[in-house]
Amino acid sequence: MTYSPNIIGFACQWCTYAGADLAGNLRCKYPPTVKLIKVPCSGRVEPEHVLEALARGADGVLIGGCHYGDCHYKEGNYKTSRRMTVLKKLIEDSGHDPRRFRLEWISGAEGKKFAEVMDEFTKELAELGPNPVKGGN
Amino acid sequence: MKKVEINPITRLEGHGKIAIFLDDAGNVDDAFFQTVEFRGYEKFLQGMPIEEVPRTVSTICGVCRAVHFTASMKASDGVYGVTPPSAGRKLRELFFNAHYVEDHAVILYALGFPDFVVGPEASPAVRNVVGLIQAVGADVGKLVLRKRGLAVKIFEMLGGKPNHPVAALPGGWSRRLAESERAQIEEWCKELVELGELTLQVFDDVVLKNPKYMELVTGDMYKVEVGYMGSVDEQGRIAYYDGVQKVIDVDGNPVGSFTGKGYLDFISERVLPWSYLKFPYQKKLGGWDGIKDGPGTNLYAVGPLARFNIASGMDTPKAQAHFERFHATFGAKPVHYILAYHWARAIELLNAAEKCLELSRDPEITSADTWTKPTSCPGEGVGIIEAPRGTLIHHYVTDDKGIVQNANLIVATTHNNGPINLAVKKAARHFIINGNVAEGMLNYVEMAFRPYDLCLACATHAVTGGGTPIEVDIHDHHGHVIRTLRNF
Amino acid sequence: MAEKIKFAFLLAGGCAGCEMALVDLSEKLVDALEHLEVVFWAPTVADVKYKDLEAMPDGFIDLAFVDGMIRNSENEHMVKVLRAKSKVLVAFGACATLGGIAALGDLHTKAELFDQAYKHTFSTDNPEGVWPQPQCLFEGKYDLTLPSFTSRCATIDQLVDVDYYVGGCPPHHDFVAAAVTAIVTGNLPPKGSWLTSGKAVCDVCKRNPALSDQQRLPVGEVIRTVEGRPDETKCLLQQGYVCFGPVTQGDCNASCLNVNIPCRGCGGPMPGVNDFGARSVTAIASSLKDDATAEKLVNKYNDMAKLVYRYSFSAGTLGKKQRPGSQA
Repeated sequence: MTYSPNIIGFACQWCTYAGADLAGNLRCKYPPTVKLIKVPCSGRVEPEHVLEALARGADGVLIGGCHYGDCHYKEGNYKTSRRMTVLKKLIEDSGHDPRRFRLEWISGAEGKKFAEVMDEFTKELAELGPNPVKGGN
Repeated sequence: MKKVEINPITRLEGHGKIAIFLDDAGNVDDAFFQTVEFRGYEKFLQGMPIEEVPRTVSTICGVCRAVHFTASMKASDGVYGVTPPSAGRKLRELFFNAHYVEDHAVILYALGFPDFVVGPEASPAVRNVVGLIQAVGADVGKLVLRKRGLAVKIFEMLGGKPNHPVAALPGGWSRRLAESERAQIEEWCKELVELGELTLQVFDDVVLKNPKYMELVTGDMYKVEVGYMGSVDEQGRIAYYDGVQKVIDVDGNPVGSFTGKGYLDFISERVLPWSYLKFPYQKKLGGWDGIKDGPGTNLYAVGPLARFNIASGMDTPKAQAHFERFHATFGAKPVHYILAYHWARAIELLNAAEKCLELSRDPEITSADTWTKPTSCPGEGVGIIEAPRGTLIHHYVTDDKGIVQNANLIVATTHNNGPINLAVKKAARHFIINGNVAEGMLNYVEMAFRPYDLCLACATHAVTGGGTPIEVDIHDHHGHVIRTLRNF
Repeated sequence: MAEKIKFAFLLAGGCAGCEMALVDLSEKLVDALEHLEVVFWAPTVADVKYKDLEAMPDGFIDLAFVDGMIRNSENEHMVKVLRAKSKVLVAFGACATLGGIAALGDLHTKAELFDQAYKHTFSTDNPEGVWPQPQCLFEGKYDLTLPSFTSRCATIDQLVDVDYYVGGCPPHHDFVAAAVTAIVTGNLPPKGSWLTSGKAVCDVCKRNPALSDQQRLPVGEVIRTVEGRPDETKCLLQQGYVCFGPVTQGDCNASCLNVNIPCRGCGGPMPGVNDFGARSVTAIASSLKDDATAEKLVNKYNDMAKLVYRYSFSAGTLGKKQRPGSQA
């Protein structure tokens, strides 16, 4: 039985969200699995938001931000990176598959990359199966 | 059969109940002491850095507030292959002896004495520390609590917090004492010695001089005949922080001695389906043989009475005098009368207080050299101490970075599980006759476990880690074992 | 003379250290007892049994403290009973409010915990693989029961309504005295609040750089306490030690810092923080200089869940859910 992974994506409004828009304009194909939440900066995303998404049954969680040097607020994405290094290990140590969580740098010009990332993430999650928090409860 | 349950048992640390089965005539067929709690510590310690373990395992028990901390701290020395400098060790000992004073005081005044001061059959509403304070008067109550509180102050000054201390380091102690602090501690220690003497006076007035209570103390209904285990120093005197574990059988004959990992040659633990607590026995005396006392038993007890039975004396003068009086009173050794635990406990309180005073006067105690920094990580350590309730063993295996891979804990009250069951059975058979299960009679049954000063949170910390233990005996063609290999 | 407040203290799944915090009031306890009538304190101090509590009328108890988390069916039942019998219920200490250290057991399955205790230990002799049972007919005639292990640890408020929260492992007895006074005099915040000064451990720590007008700088090193003696005057976080001071309530007056040991968060989360572990990740990781330092943290301290959720796993976002693969 196949399932359609449910991905929550936190997209920084300056880069990744614009990149997602561009993917649409370019008619890039990618599976309709991600629900985007626009944030002013990837640095706004708390570890708690990611954990909440997983706890509520999201099969995958993605944070998309600007490349180093491009952050609208200068340092936000650096802090994101350090936090998420620790968070990824925290997710693993809490008994969840860390591959369900991704941090990606996608600029406003990278519409194609956005689509590719979504495609790849969806395929990986399809193989991993649904979030165990949902099943068996 | 009719079942009567005492649920929960009270005036102890932790969760337990006693199930008493009555035959048709209303007399006791059998009684069971069941431990009902379980948490799982050794499993979840895996993956933690070893230096984080002492403050973590401390929360196994908040009454035994220093013991897991101290035993695991000693084990962490082994993990890193370091020995604390002399001042570091003395700080640990001062801290640990202060704990002995405050802990034994709580057990005596709050948990044990109410049965004697207020009376074993008094109403439950007053048969507790509040009733005890009312009986002796607020002034005496405040005096005892204040002096005990000074031990907690010493504990906090050294350990960081008044409960669940944090100042452990593999190889020593995380802080040094200033001279002003040392002088303050010395003054407080004088009062701790006074508390010890007062406590023995109370015991003398309330129990030893009361013939009705002495009937209980020397009666068969509170007599449990098992072996004993405890720690002694090079002169055979009781040692709390560090020593050699000595084991004797029910008649007082030596079974052997061990330190460190040698515990595995002596102790096996049986599992029964009606208690979360396991049942240790001395495997050198034979395999599991059920819960029985008397000649041939391989069950054994730990704690103050056990220590008094295995040791030849105590290492401070005032306590030593009481130790001698104790043994002169009972005559034969080992002493199997379990209410004597309370007396031994009171004498240990004085002993620990005298030790605190001695250590507070040691010029080295304010040295800055409190820690030996580790330079490598051999990865295994066993820490054994005499907790107030008895022998406590912490055994850790780590990787070469000191991250815990495996843990094994054998805790004081666990060793006593068999003896406590025996005590409860005996008392039940004696006091519950012809169906009389009045509250006061049930309390007499509970008085059978209280001398052991139970700590069931400690005892059921839980899950001991580790792979499948394998032991291989290699026999020669005559059938003699020529070599034994084991992976533990 | 005002009527005494009917007081109860129940130990759920914890270690009784919080009850000792009351005993540590020492002489002040005798004074407090002039205003308090202890009607139930089990199993630690008083002989009033569970059946006696169940027989009390609802709302009979004016003030009840619970210490310990919900770890088995007995804890579940007795906490519900206590809630019904009490006008005011206080979740007392780290376990009752957040799950406590024993909640880390939820990072493993029940089967793992039981198998290790009762089968795989070095010194265990269990040839038939016996497990403690919720019910057994021992030797064919003795009907013996045990409470069953719950599928996960729970905080008190995940089971019943809680009126006030007190953090600490255990709360310092000076703070307990202040809390008891506040309760007895009715000087309390709205129901559902933590009793706390609201200041972080950093705010009360003598090592705070702000006290000497210094700035906090990004931290380029991560150290374990076993690796070196810290500078006694400087902030531990600034020196590379992992310290949860910024996120933790400081009613303890920074006890651990006074002995050169970092804070591990027992005082409870700062007001407004829902998930202590998650917020600690932010606070600590954001203060690190670069990705390489974040990697060092992960490598050196190894298990992040057991580090940041040391006291608070049951109250954490993932901890509230059953672990994937657990038996229901």
